[in-house]
Formats: sequence, C-alpha cells, structure tokens
Amino acid sequence: MKVLVAVKRAIDPNVKVRVKGDGSGVDLNGVKMALNPFCEIAVEEAIRLKEKGVVCEVVVVSVGTSAAQEQLRTALALGADRALLVETSAMLEPLNVAKYLSKVIDNEKPQLILFGKQAIDQENNQTGQMVAQLIGSGQATFASAISYADDRWVVEREVDGGSQVVALTAPAVVTCDLRLNEPRYASLPNIMKAKKKPLEVIAADDLGANVREHTRLLKVTLPPVRKAGINVSSVSELVEKLRNVAGLI
Amino acid sequence: MRTLVIAEHTGSQLTAGTLRAITAAIDLGLDTDLLVMGGPEASAVAEHAALTKGLHRVLLAQDEMFEKTLAENVQPLITSLVGDIYTHVMADASSMGRNVLPRVAASLDVGMLSDVIKVVSADTFERPIYAGNAIATVQSIDSVKLLTVRASAFAQASSHQDRCDVIAVDGGQSASTVRFVSEQLTVSERPDLSSARVVVSGGRGMQSKANFALIERVADKLGGAVGASRAAVDAGFAPNDLQVGQTGKIVAPDLYIAAGISGAIQHLAGMSGSKVIVAINQDAEAPIAKVADYMLVADLFEALPALEKAL
Repeated sequence: MKVLVAVKRAIDPNVKVRVKGDGSGVDLNGVKMALNPFCEIAVEEAIRLKEKGVVCEVVVVSVGTSAAQEQLRTALALGADRALLVETSAMLEPLNVAKYLSKVIDNEKPQLILFGKQAIDQENNQTGQMVAQLIGSGQATFASAISYADDRWVVEREVDGGSQVVALTAPAVVTCDLRLNEPRYASLPNIMKAKKKPLEVIAADDLGANVREHTRLLKVTLPPVRKAGINVSSVSELVEKLRNVAGLI
Repeated sequence: MRTLVIAEHTGSQLTAGTLRAITAAIDLGLDTDLLVMGGPEASAVAEHAALTKGLHRVLLAQDEMFEKTLAENVQPLITSLVGDIYTHVMADASSMGRNVLPRVAASLDVGMLSDVIKVVSADTFERPIYAGNAIATVQSIDSVKLLTVRASAFAQASSHQDRCDVIAVDGGQSASTVRFVSEQLTVSERPDLSSARVVVSGGRGMQSKANFALIERVADKLGGAVGASRAAVDAGFAPNDLQVGQTGKIVAPDLYIAAGISGAIQHLAGMSGSKVIVAINQDAEAPIAKVADYMLVADLFEALPALEKAL
C-alpha cells in the first residue's frame, strides 16, 4: 500500500508575524519558512505506518512555488521515499489546491492520503475535506490515532467535547491533529541521503485541473490592540477591582 | 438571496455556537433558515429552534443516518438544499462545521471562508489568520458563499419569536465509505467552555493534575468553566478537550482568569478576545502580562485559595 502526504510550506511557527504597512498582506520577505507543523505530524505518521509495515511507500506532495522543494527535501530527510511538486505561483486557494491534488491522486492511486488539519498561515482547515469530496472518499479530520484493520482505516478523531472513532474504506483522507504523534528530527546522514531521493516537478497547468479564482484578499490589518492593564498587589485588591471597576462579580 | 444555517444540537437544544452563528447570519440581513439534522430527538430540537428570533423557517432532516452528522452523509443533503435557493451557507466553526462545510464547498465547486469574525457586507468578511496575529478582509466572488463563523465573535440569538414554520426535508442515502464506530464524550456539570461567561484556566505553573482542583474550585465559585493551556494538557494535568488556544477551543468570556499560564502565542490566539483578562503568575515579565487587564504577581498556591475564599 502507498500513502500520499500533502504538505505545505508555511512561515516558521517561531517567527513573529509582521503585517505590511500598506495592508497588502503579511511580510514574508526574508522570513524563515518551514514545513507547516501539522503537515510534519502527517509526514511522521506516514513514516511510522511504513515502519510498522502497514504501508510500503511514502510519497509527499506539495503545491506551490519551487521554493517548496526545500520542505519536500525536509520530508524526504524525515523518511519519505519520493516527492512531487505541483509548481504554481498562483495564490493557493484550498479548492484549487484540492483539484491539483486529486489529479495527483488519480495518477498515484494511494490507499491513504494524509494532511495536516490546517496550515498555520491561512488557517483554512479545508483542503483535506475538499479532496475527500472530489475523489469521493471518506474522511476523518482531526485524527489522534490511526490504524488499519479488516481492510479499513480506523481513525480516532478529536471532536468538540471528546473523541469519536470512524472506520473508512480505502482510499481514505485523514487530516492530522496535534496529539497524533511527536515528529522526529532528521539526522544528518538522512539529510544527506534525502538529496539523492527523487523529487519530480510537475507544472500545475499540465494537470488539467479546472481552477479559478474564488476569493479576493482585500486587505490585511493588525488585530485591535488591548489597552494596557494594571498590576494589582493582592487578591483582595483584585477582587475589589473585579467587583467595583469591572462589575463582573 | 437567502441564508441557510447548519445547526448543531445537544439532543435537546441548539448549541450556543449555533445560536451565535444565527446572529452572524442575521447580521447579513437576508432571510435566514435553519437546518436541524438528527435522529428521533431532532424534531423536538427543531420545534424549540423555531422560536429563535430572526429565523424564517426551520428545515428538519430526521433520519438515523444524520445522528452522528458524518460529513459523507450530510453533504449530499446540504448540497441539494442549497440548489438555486440559498446564496449563503453558514455554520459554527466547531469540529462539525469545519468537518462538513469544505465538502459541501467542493461539491458546489465554490470556495469557502473559515472562522469569520465579522460580516462586512453580503460578500465581504473578516477572518483571523496567522494565529490571530493578522486580520484578513476577504471578498468571496462565488455565487454561493460558504462560511464557518467563530462563535465567540457573535452574541447568542435570543429565543423570543412566534414559532416559524418547521418543514421536513428528505435525506438521501448513507455513504458506504465511512462507518461510525464509537464516541466518548466528556460529561461535566460545569458550563460549556466555548460559551461560558467566566473561564478559569490553568497552565504548566499548576505543576500537577491534583493541583488543578484549585482552578476548579475558583471556577465553581464563579459559575465558570475550567480551561487549560496546551502545556498543561501535554503534561497530563487536564484533559485535551479543556485546551484553550489556536489548536483547542477559542473562547471570549466576560472574565478570563489565567493562572500559571505564561501566554504562548498559540494560547493568546484562543483567548485574547475575552472582555476582561486576569493573569496570576509568579513571573511579572510573562507574555500574558501584555494582554492582562489585571496582573497579580503571586504564588498560585496561595493566591488561588485566597481568591476562592474572597469570592
């Protein structure tokens, strides 16, 4: 069995976000980029499934500019077998990305398609579910455990107020949440080896996906700033403020 | 132009998130219908929902296949209802809304906007990006606009109108690609974290699961919910459905008390919309101080019992 992991290049989670002065977006010029943390969890899960002998090949795919090759190499260094880049410089709208990915899935025929539950930049949380719809497969979002039994992918999902278990027929789409696993670090020998692993670049236009514009970004602004608070010196002063100033208790 | 809100319910009533999504829908100024899905219990929920102020009609889809609102089962129903009738489809950005709506979007060949915090006009909306460090104003150019809304940004719709019509709608077939196996829901006597008026949260500073009782006692005195930072959840001090933050629950109560929480970006993203924030921390320089209205630098194990006593 083959697993396909879709990954995104996104801002490094430890970098402070700067909004451009002209309101056109977030300034990514010269900013450190990384594999989106939830995608890293998806890659880790795929590698663990291979180590357990559940799957035999891990293919990673990204949609984006040629710069995303860096993140694909990271995934290869972590243990993926080969990588595909669907190259486009267009704005990455989830439905368009999903359409490119479903074309890739048509070609690759994986039995499991893993995603991060969302990217930490645009925070859409849509692409996996859209792919599941486009290819007509079942989906399990917010996965916290994945296993394979009796020809079904059995997935525990984090839902509001608790957890749920669903069983999906293959091919299935699973989006990964924080508690699924703790990703490993790539070792230096593996980083060297990754440079020799196959990375194929496909021009997005060659996939014949029917993409178009769905949303327009009008502006990006800073969130409203909270006004400065005060220090209180004791519990009784705090209670007094909450009671008499804030009127909350 | 007409709006369809996808409801979620507890088996007896609409969730607070749904009531807030209804407010967002009414902000759009269009006729608003509500879709209630579920098993045998759904008809009572629909009858009750029909009293919600501002609703035009309630559509009731009652069928065993909707009991767990699996995306594969509810998508065909929602897609067929949208037809040529609805220009807007909205849902609370809960685990259900986020699970289901993208599937509906793909089936309609339209985009979707997640986590809307403000309705600017019928096609333009604000939503947070980069963990709330920036706010994007986005225009949808599709014929049907699909949105999940961040419930904490909208007030709850009130339940005061003459009953509107409740109309039964048909289900279709359940999907063969997915099967519900089991679920485990946490039962709590305290108010729901996402809609509580007061939230008392503990962080790594609480040091142990047993010490979380101090948080619970203050929460109970205030009639509030208990929350936790990711660090506290990862350390096993609190169950993961209590996590407040970018990857947990987004809350915006009237009063948020953060005890022993340093204020990592991902935690701030989940609670900085609260009206009044109190931080109790030993470190006066902790990032939480930047968003706190009242900062108390103190030992938690003295301050929390003292607070409980003073309330």
